[in-house]
Amino acid sequence: MYLQLQLPEGQIPEFFSLYGVEKLPLFWQPFYSFPFTIFAVFAIPTLVAAILGYLVFRNRIRGVYFSILTQAALIVFFNFFNGQQKLINGTNGLKTDTSLLFGVQVSDIKVQTTFYICTILLLLGGYALCRWLTSGRLGRLLVAIRDDEPRLRFSGYDPTGYKVFVFAISAGLAGIAGALYTVQSGIITPKSMDVAFSIEMVIWVAVGGRATLVGAIAGALIVNFAKTFLSEQFPAFWLFFQGALFLLVVTVLPSGLLGLLSSDTVLWLRSRLGFPPKVSTYPSLEEDLEVQYERQNLRD
Amino acid sequence: MNGKILEIENLTVSFDGFKAINNLNFSMDKGELRVVIGPNGAGKTTFMDVITGKTKPTTGKVSFKGRNLLPYSEHQIACMGIGRKFQTPRVYLKLTPRENLELSCAQHKNVFASLVGRASPGEHRTIAGLLETIGLISKADIPAELLSHGEKQRLEIGMLVAQSPDLLLVDEPVAGLTDEETANVGNLLLALAENHSIMVIEHDMEFVRQIARQVTVLHQGSVLCEGSMDEVQNDPRVIEVYLGTPQDEHPAIA
Repeated sequence: MYLQLQLPEGQIPEFFSLYGVEKLPLFWQPFYSFPFTIFAVFAIPTLVAAILGYLVFRNRIRGVYFSILTQAALIVFFNFFNGQQKLINGTNGLKTDTSLLFGVQVSDIKVQTTFYICTILLLLGGYALCRWLTSGRLGRLLVAIRDDEPRLRFSGYDPTGYKVFVFAISAGLAGIAGALYTVQSGIITPKSMDVAFSIEMVIWVAVGGRATLVGAIAGALIVNFAKTFLSEQFPAFWLFFQGALFLLVVTVLPSGLLGLLSSDTVLWLRSRLGFPPKVSTYPSLEEDLEVQYERQNLRD
Repeated sequence: MNGKILEIENLTVSFDGFKAINNLNFSMDKGELRVVIGPNGAGKTTFMDVITGKTKPTTGKVSFKGRNLLPYSEHQIACMGIGRKFQTPRVYLKLTPRENLELSCAQHKNVFASLVGRASPGEHRTIAGLLETIGLISKADIPAELLSHGEKQRLEIGMLVAQSPDLLLVDEPVAGLTDEETANVGNLLLALAENHSIMVIEHDMEFVRQIARQVTVLHQGSVLCEGSMDEVQNDPRVIEVYLGTPQDEHPAIA
């Protein structure tokens, strides 16, 4: 919206006049400020997710029901945004590519390159943040919540706070991603708030490798690269490829492409290449004095 | 101070009209080791659910160290000093035994303490000591899903102790263990009983005989009788409950 407001003094974005709105709606006023806009990009989604998350998680809604609820919330928001012509141009969305940013048109190649570099830097930043979050005690708690949430309550932890926290963080990251998407694709409409699209993102992660951070990034890159490539070559069949890819990952590679790099594959390759199989034993075996003694005697 | 650590008055829990616990009165002294036995469906596990806040009673009063527990949720009760071990071992399978213990041991359990907090040297010492007590030093850093059933049982008891609760509720700690492991767990519990109050639910009568001082028999949601092991075993009502009624599948009394 900041981009829409880069106009001469006293004018308001064009689309408002279509619906007879004379004055800029009050809640857009702060978006004249560039720092505020940047702040709002992640702060507003974080806040909304924290409120939604608190209400959902406090009532101990989990798993599939939680997924359904998020999708339902998506449709609610879609209908809300779609209907608000007077506030945000409704179904037509907001165009960004013809707007000016610091006096330069946004679709200009230089601006786009800058955005691209920003995207890469923010991706690295996001990755570092998530790595940090999952490495310490918080990360282990999240694993514990995933594996046995009710048990954690009896260890004296309240899972609600942790879940709200990560849900809000993920919303903040999604907000940043959405802002970058908008300025680089040139237009944002409520049509992007689509159940199919949100499920597609789950496919990216599944292809890359669930429960890993690198997997999510790799999956997003690979699937979208394939999408661009295949949809250019076979425009009519792209969706079949996507479906097949998903089926393949679910049935053959449950831990995604990253799972291919796991130790099992390494062991398999070793045996194929004729190396002796490496047997991993139970730790107590290694330390057993009797076993150590026998090993030494057998070698002699 | 040698007051009551746990007092339960006129407790009733009903699930859709079925009374799992029926007008139960119970109390435990500080520092006591109490064994609760009873045939299947006597309400033993529901009884623990109520104390730990998992199930809310229909009527009745539960107080711990003189404080009414009913308005609190599970994690608050856990923080007040009641630790619980489950019937089947429930440890965090993807974490190592060391991490499992660390989670239980941590002093501050809110989000931001976990975000920045690192285990203090004191906690490290406690954890190392516990790993030794439960005999899992050599397996401290492999995922807990690779542990055997008996090791998981011991790990869960260790997690319970790491929480440093005042009252330990232990639900069938020796189910599925060998005789030797059973004796080990028994000794572990007896050692713990020196400075904790412990309530054990158990079916294994050999084990009960090993550790029990005071035994409470539950039957159909109420206390049938209380006393020492010998008194309880010779009580005609107990014998009837365990052996006399044909619908009991496990006449477990030795």
